[in-house]
Amino acid sequence: MAKEICSEVVSIEGHGGDPVEAYFTRPVGAGSVPGVVVVHHMPGWDEWTAAVTFKLAFHGYAAVAPHLYSRLGPGRWDDLAAAARAQGGVPDAQVVGDVEGAAQFLRSQPDSNGKVGAIGFCSGGRQVYLAACMSEALDAAVDCWGGRVIMPKEELTPNQPVSPIELTADMHCPLLGIFGNDDQYPTPAEVDQIEAELKKDDKEYEFYRYDGAGHGFFATDRESYRPEQAIDGWEKVFAFYGRHLGKPEND
Amino acid sequence: MCTAQTEHVSLDAHGRGQSDWTPLSSAVVYYDHPVRATSDHAVVLDLRNDGGSHASRVVVEMTAASAAALARAIDRVLESEPARAELAALDH
Repeated sequence: MAKEICSEVVSIEGHGGDPVEAYFTRPVGAGSVPGVVVVHHMPGWDEWTAAVTFKLAFHGYAAVAPHLYSRLGPGRWDDLAAAARAQGGVPDAQVVGDVEGAAQFLRSQPDSNGKVGAIGFCSGGRQVYLAACMSEALDAAVDCWGGRVIMPKEELTPNQPVSPIELTADMHCPLLGIFGNDDQYPTPAEVDQIEAELKKDDKEYEFYRYDGAGHGFFATDRESYRPEQAIDGWEKVFAFYGRHLGKPEND
Repeated sequence: MCTAQTEHVSLDAHGRGQSDWTPLSSAVVYYDHPVRATSDHAVVLDLRNDGGSHASRVVVEMTAASAAALARAIDRVLESEPARAELAALDH
């Protein structure tokens, strides 16, 4: 565990060179440090997002969580999330660009070991899947219950023009998927379909699927929280990062 | 977002949260992950002032059962004579 942690809001260079605010939380004086980009869920850049960056730093990772809706600001994070919803979300290409910018920010840190992963929850999980396919910036990707990785044609929009599963053949890094078997977004059948596509394209992946858990079961402030499954899930995440990003010196 | 459906409705309304009244020009309605409610999903009624700041809105998160009860209550109120008269005038 990190003995000293620093957390602050920084400005990173996102898609198109835009300034994007981000939570940046890191262990201090911890030697060479791997990095993780945290992609927040649909409700917005919230306290849970910041808490995830802290958890990662506690385990020895430098974590940065870009605010995907900050271009709509200034404003409170939930007001900006509502504005994003009202306009049909933000473009997938912009989110991938922001993830790339965040990865570059982490690699530019003087104590970076050069390895960067990503983790996303809910819509963030879908966006991590996309980033793993559309970008070479990541060394490992974690998709926590990302819904709409499979999108029917009628749901495609100018902001979301491609169903992520269609891009699986281009996935550039290993993928870890965490899913609850009671979830409906995605359903177990959809997770089966995603896994079949990963196998077909000979991609390196690990899926962990939990009985007695639905959507968002890591969330300690939700009815969906399942402590046993969440503890095991986080252990799987850190083991995966240890293999692909290098084990932090102080975890 | 986890659910794709988002309904947009134009409004001629005013709303008040904890501060002053604000004009409301649209409603964004969806069933998806809430911010404050602890359930997986809620009906979110986001009443917006499109000409104002992002904060000038009135937002409600409620269970599907509450939303259904509210919709029925609205329908009952709209059956009153003055409300029916207003709606009838729109048809002419």
